[in-house]
Amino acid sequence: MSLVELKGITKRYGEVTVLKDVSLSVEPGEVVAVIGRSGSGKSTMLRCVNGLEPIQGGSITVDGIEVSAPKADLRTLRQRVGIVFQSFNLFPHLSVADNITLAPRIVKKMEPGAARKLAADVLARVGLAEKLDAYPDQLSGGQQQRVAIARSLAMQPKLMLFDEVTSALDPELTGEVLKVLEDMARDGMTMILVTHEMGFARRFGSRLLFMHEGRIHEQGKPADLFAAPKTPELATFLNAVLH
Amino acid sequence: MIRTFGTTDILYLVAAARWTLLLTAIAFVGAAAIGMVVALIRVAPFKPARFLAGAYIQVVQGTPLLVWLFVIFFGVPLLGVTVNPWIAAALAFSVYGSAFLGEIWRGALQSIPKTQWEAGASLGLSTAEQLRHVIIPQSVRIAIPPTVGFLVQLIKNTSLAATIGLVELTREGQLTAAGTFASFSVYLTVAALYFAICFPLTQWSRSLERKLNVAR
Repeated sequence: MSLVELKGITKRYGEVTVLKDVSLSVEPGEVVAVIGRSGSGKSTMLRCVNGLEPIQGGSITVDGIEVSAPKADLRTLRQRVGIVFQSFNLFPHLSVADNITLAPRIVKKMEPGAARKLAADVLARVGLAEKLDAYPDQLSGGQQQRVAIARSLAMQPKLMLFDEVTSALDPELTGEVLKVLEDMARDGMTMILVTHEMGFARRFGSRLLFMHEGRIHEQGKPADLFAAPKTPELATFLNAVLH
Repeated sequence: MIRTFGTTDILYLVAAARWTLLLTAIAFVGAAAIGMVVALIRVAPFKPARFLAGAYIQVVQGTPLLVWLFVIFFGVPLLGVTVNPWIAAALAFSVYGSAFLGEIWRGALQSIPKTQWEAGASLGLSTAEQLRHVIIPQSVRIAIPPTVGFLVQLIKNTSLAATIGLVELTREGQLTAAGTFASFSVYLTVAALYFAICFPLTQWSRSLERKLNVAR
């Protein structure tokens, strides 16, 4: 069974329809890279998957939970689905350790000692073991983003969503974050990434989605799409971003 | 029977200042309790409740505190309920303060970016848990300076309780002035005592503001 199943979803903000009849299913272990222009609906689609945005039509099921149902159990859903944002969104008043352990302690009722050990483990996975007691404002953007990833990993999610996680970083810092994503992809994490990193999409994406005007305009193996885009819109887009 | 305004009178005024402080304390606790509820309702995701809380603030802020003191102290007894001046003052000041603290705290809560709520929600925290662990701790540092500023206003406004016969600092001043005819000296002394209470608080509020501006 698919881990994520979007069936003909529609998303409107007032009069504006941002997602039109979008269907997508993602199997466990897939790394789906979503590309497209600003305003094509890619971030919105991602936010619909964990219920941050309500939808007006269609249905979304993630790991057996119907996200779009009126009384959906979003609390359980979000323990299984991690999301990392472009602007990191760490909690500035909490140390790195407390940022990571907050949800395990509160939501999963984990013992403080065990939670701290977990925090050390996930921080080591993103290469920041020594930052356990630092505060977010003492870290670089790349480090903050890696802490944000660690914070999500601490919930042991089955699916990770990444919303342009490197867009706020300069190239040097982008590299250290992509390195973490690559490790996760190799470990078999199911991932949906909205990204402008074409190189990453090509090397690690098991599938590439091109979104255009609120629809999935074209999809397939990254190598195929990059080599021979079938639609003129994707060809134009790739032309613009690859040069 | 006219006596001169002397040391004893000053000591009486200082002693009366403790009732000003007590009234301020009661009013602040009452105002904080109601104000917290009002602030939380104002950021709650239920439109009718938000509207009601907003209307409450508008009504309270749009009417004079003195009138409410009179309504409660002189008006309510006509309905057959005896009202002690302390109860009347405590009630009126709590309601008055709650509207102001409610607005200050709503502003502080809303100054925290929406992305902080989202980050909390995405980790599986409930709305209450997001407030408790993410939003309120961050908004406290924003709320402290204006809250202390309001406390200073409250201390000065408790002088209105003199009008319903509660013998706090201002009322004691009136009584002393009546007995000594030294209105100028008496009221200057009263003013000095208010200043002595308020000035340290204002300084504290300023230093907090400076500290919080440089802190994370």
